Amino acid sequence: MAFENFIKPDRTQELLQLAKNRILVMDGAMGTMLQDYKFTEEQFRGDRFARWNQDIKGNNDILNLTQPDTVKEIHAAFFDAGADIIETNTFSSTTIAQADYAMESIAFELNYQGARIASEAARKATDRDPSRPRFVAGAIGPTNRSASISPDVNNPGFRNVTFDDLRTAYGDAARALLLGGVDLLLVETIFDTLNAKAAVFAIDELFEELGTKVPVMISGTITDRSGRTLSGQTPTAFWYSVSHADPFSIGLNCALGAEEMRAHIDEISTVAPTLVCAYPNAGLPNEFGEYDESPAHMAGMLGEFARSGLVNVVGGCCGTTPAHIKEIVDAVSGVKPRVIPSRLQGLVA
Amino acid sequence: MMQLSGLEPFTITSDTNFVNVGERTNVTGSAKFRKLITNGDYDAALSVAREQVENGAQIIDVNMDEGLLDSEEAMVTFLNLIAAEPDIARVPVMVDSSKWTVIEAGLKCLQGKAIVNSISMKEGKEAFIAVAKKVRRYGAAVVVMAFDEDGQADTAQRKIDICKMSYDILVNEVGFDPSDIIFDPNVFAVATGIEEHNNYGVDFIEACAWIRKNLKGAHVSGGISNLSFSFRGNNLVREAMHSVFLYHAIKVGMDMGIVNAGQLVLYDDIDAELRERIEDVILNRRDDGTDRLLEIAERFRGEKGKPRIVDLKWRELPVAKRLEHSLVHGINKFVVEDTEEARQNFDRPLHVIEGPLMDGMNVVGDLFGDGKMFLPQVVKSARVMKQAVNYLMPFMDAEKAELGIEGSSSNGKILMATVKGDVHDIGKNIVGVVLQCNNFEVIDLGVMVPSSEILRRAREENVDVIGLSGLITPSLDEMCHVAAEMEREGFDLPLLIGGATTSRIHTAVKIDPNYHKGQTIYVTDASRAVGVVTKLVGDARDDLLAEVKVDYIQAAEQHARSRGKKQRLSIEDARSNGFKIDWQGYEAPRPSFLGTKTFVDYDLSSLKDYIDWAPFFSTWEMKGQFPAILEDDVYGEAARPLYADALEMLEKIFNEKWLTASAVIGFWPAAAVGDDIRLYTDETRTVELATFHSLRQQIARKTVRKNVAMSDFIAPLETGINDYVGGFAVTSGKGEEDIIAGFEKDGDDYSKILFQSLADRLAEAMAEQMHERVRREFWGYAPDEILSRADLIGESYQGIRPAPGYPSQPDHTEKRTLFDLLDAEEQAGIQLTESFAMWPASAVSGMYFSHPESHYFGVGKIERDQVEDYASRKGITLVEAERWLAPILNYEPRSRTVAA
Repeated sequence: MAFENFIKPDRTQELLQLAKNRILVMDGAMGTMLQDYKFTEEQFRGDRFARWNQDIKGNNDILNLTQPDTVKEIHAAFFDAGADIIETNTFSSTTIAQADYAMESIAFELNYQGARIASEAARKATDRDPSRPRFVAGAIGPTNRSASISPDVNNPGFRNVTFDDLRTAYGDAARALLLGGVDLLLVETIFDTLNAKAAVFAIDELFEELGTKVPVMISGTITDRSGRTLSGQTPTAFWYSVSHADPFSIGLNCALGAEEMRAHIDEISTVAPTLVCAYPNAGLPNEFGEYDESPAHMAGMLGEFARSGLVNVVGGCCGTTPAHIKEIVDAVSGVKPRVIPSRLQGLVA
Repeated sequence: MMQLSGLEPFTITSDTNFVNVGERTNVTGSAKFRKLITNGDYDAALSVAREQVENGAQIIDVNMDEGLLDSEEAMVTFLNLIAAEPDIARVPVMVDSSKWTVIEAGLKCLQGKAIVNSISMKEGKEAFIAVAKKVRRYGAAVVVMAFDEDGQADTAQRKIDICKMSYDILVNEVGFDPSDIIFDPNVFAVATGIEEHNNYGVDFIEACAWIRKNLKGAHVSGGISNLSFSFRGNNLVREAMHSVFLYHAIKVGMDMGIVNAGQLVLYDDIDAELRERIEDVILNRRDDGTDRLLEIAERFRGEKGKPRIVDLKWRELPVAKRLEHSLVHGINKFVVEDTEEARQNFDRPLHVIEGPLMDGMNVVGDLFGDGKMFLPQVVKSARVMKQAVNYLMPFMDAEKAELGIEGSSSNGKILMATVKGDVHDIGKNIVGVVLQCNNFEVIDLGVMVPSSEILRRAREENVDVIGLSGLITPSLDEMCHVAAEMEREGFDLPLLIGGATTSRIHTAVKIDPNYHKGQTIYVTDASRAVGVVTKLVGDARDDLLAEVKVDYIQAAEQHARSRGKKQRLSIEDARSNGFKIDWQGYEAPRPSFLGTKTFVDYDLSSLKDYIDWAPFFSTWEMKGQFPAILEDDVYGEAARPLYADALEMLEKIFNEKWLTASAVIGFWPAAAVGDDIRLYTDETRTVELATFHSLRQQIARKTVRKNVAMSDFIAPLETGINDYVGGFAVTSGKGEEDIIAGFEKDGDDYSKILFQSLADRLAEAMAEQMHERVRREFWGYAPDEILSRADLIGESYQGIRPAPGYPSQPDHTEKRTLFDLLDAEEQAGIQLTESFAMWPASAVSGMYFSHPESHYFGVGKIERDQVEDYASRKGITLVEAERWLAPILNYEPRSRTVAA
């Protein structure tokens, strides 16, 4: 794989070497973990946003500024459970997503602080056991708008966000994450590939400007049983559309849980000449909206993914706790990582 | 292996057969699609795309390169709409444009992996790398033309060299996946009679083989139809050539192309002798290959593989059928002898007209109505009819003198006129001829006819219908005036409205309300006129009038509702989003002279290659690209003889000096002051000579495009740059009237209209050639410019020549300023009418701008704030400004003046 030039070339080399030798494990859910703390509006606001002119409860990313210790605590818990890579708490830290709270102006800070907190947690974990280096992926969510779907059913040609809007927002987020010290970038939960292409475009521009690169992970989401993304693409079409990013990994996350994800991960695994990554939800939400798939059950399924040679990176999304991650670590431990099929190897540029 | 995607993946591997790219959603390739897009009918445009995918297109090519379109907006609108149609969006898109900005706008709408068509090293290596990098960043595959700064690659070695260099740059410097590269090594015409062209087929095939062997992973594509260009008009031979060429090119690895699949014959089905001679030509196997192919090509024209012979079997039919045949086919060779034979069979000469001749014309009318005959053919039929009638006239006169019996009864009487102030009448003449073909009596009052004259004659002749025609926008107002006068004088006749600037909406909203006693009806073209007039003089009259009335009321209401919807910027905001040229360090080219220069007796024969034929065919109601129209499935049969007749008449025009041409051009020191262009008497720039006023677009942009005014193209006064502006007026129309009168005397409407449409084209050609001379010689800023005819028509040169009254400056009154500067009446003999139409009609005038970034645009609808500002700049009243700008007002003027 052609990552020659990195912000932290040695860290990246370490990561690549690691991925060759074993299956890497990501962390579980930040959002559902934070929900368990049941922070009040006042706690979300902290001193700094005490007089903010609208409610911000539910804006989990703001906790990077107002409850940083809690965020750090959750990161540490996932490292303790055995995760190799944790995600920053920045899923909604783009100017576009923060517009819901009129907080566009602090988007940069959210990413930067989110990266700092996670990097600090990773440094501590690595220091504790230098034989197991830990990594931070800067999470870049899909935003709450779509560049290829009209929000108005009566006007299918209309768009409430443009490629260039997204490109600017993603570029700003990626820059702040890199400055904050992340080791990778993770474009995740992609429901509209055009949004992801804008992110990839912005990241490539940024790499050119900085003269360096970090590995990029790309992860889509298939939200219904048609087997397509919300914007209508099949898994293979999705891969073809983003392959120019030359990503460290391609995969799927969130959505319907491991069982429903298997066929799609299998498809991607046969067409993509790069690492494959899967981090599903802890099953489907129950009648109370909770994800209740047990750690053992989920780990059982991801263990099967691993033994079937489908994956290189696994982890958890909504509803997964340190307990889930610990079981998953055990389930994939000693299982050989997926080998890129030989018929695809010639395709790597 | 190339991996593309729409909603679904599409993979091209070495096992994939030739991939055919659908070209129906390409405005340059499909007249139908272009019409839908320019009319904004995106629903129907989507159906075209859907049908194409349903019919098996694996990739769809989308191209919006049409001069009058905002191509970026059209591309964005169309691709966004496609995204909402899963049955179309499932296939990958080929984003096709000669402009990078249009391609880029398209790429921003596509979630799948698209193909860019195309990029090249035409502008040098650096520009190539910059664009290629972006293509990669957008995640698209790319078509690369074998084109560099020295031009398009012709020989195999040049093609190979350029493709190799492009490949190395793309793969090594830009980081392209080799399988995302598609080379188009240029298919050129063979068998042209020029020896250097003989090897073009071999050059392509060799380059193709070399690319596939040496440039690992890359693909080869090409547009095939160029190959057989010299056999245009002979589709059978062309299709055979394409299929032979593809057979050989695909064998060596060509794996993609834009081909009309429905028109390919199977290699094995081609006549063996024809195939061998085509192969000789394409593979350049013998020196006399072209001659040998030409020798047998004629035999294959038309029917599949059957030799064409002149079939005179129809001469054995009864006389009535023979007359019908002559009329339908426009053959005048036998019409007089057949008419004489018929005359001897009937009691009275009139019965020949009312019997076999009218029967024949009814067949023509039906075929025309069914879209099975086209205008040039119908006008030729009319010519045959008139010859027959003229032959019979002396017999009818004699009969009248002997027996005192009166003539025939027509279907109805139509009075036609081009309104006061307007001189254009080709369209009106065509409608007149077609009506006559359908046995209507047409009273044609000619051009520049005042309303009083129209109404007087209508009363005297007791006509059934009045038809008004006009081409320029001020004529719209004059038509309102005629309608109001008809109301005042108590007419209740139907009033037909037609001509280039008229429309159903304008008729419904502006003309119709002036005339309550009768009904105005808008008529699109000659084909519609007959149907409408036939109904108006028959039983269906009341139904039609009621239908039109309801339609116009609804149209007017809808128009009123939609008016407020179009968002416009204030003139201040539009100005601050003006087209800002970076004047820093710019040095304006100085013309070779200042003041004016006159050309008398200009050499017309030099204009032949400058003629733009597409509008010529459009005048004859055949829309399409030239020369493609000559082989069009629908129009080809009518277009070919028309073109042959046109070329023949052109020779006569040149050799027998039917027309004389003259011109005047001028250049003046100029500076932009706000939206005005100020002209000075001399280089000291102290004394103001005149001012051109320009109008600015006020459309609220969704893209980064600017709100342009013509003054943006001239260096502003405060830059201190010594800039210039030019002007011109040319005419090829002196002598026009005598020739027209001659044809009228002979009753030869076909030649008359043909002549008028050619004179019109010659004036345009003269303007085009003069502009080229200005660029190369008189202004001299592009002395080395060498452009092909297609480039000229595509306007790919530096600088523009916008004309007052056209989209970049819709105000006709600016022509007065221009004419005064040029002294055009005196120097070129062109007069302006009260509506600022030019007389003779075959004339063109306009301004010259030299800046490389100057470009044509449409001002579009404008708001009251700009009109007020414009009126005060021009020193006229708001009411007057609103009158001249009526067609582009985005609001209802407070004081609507019904011209009195």
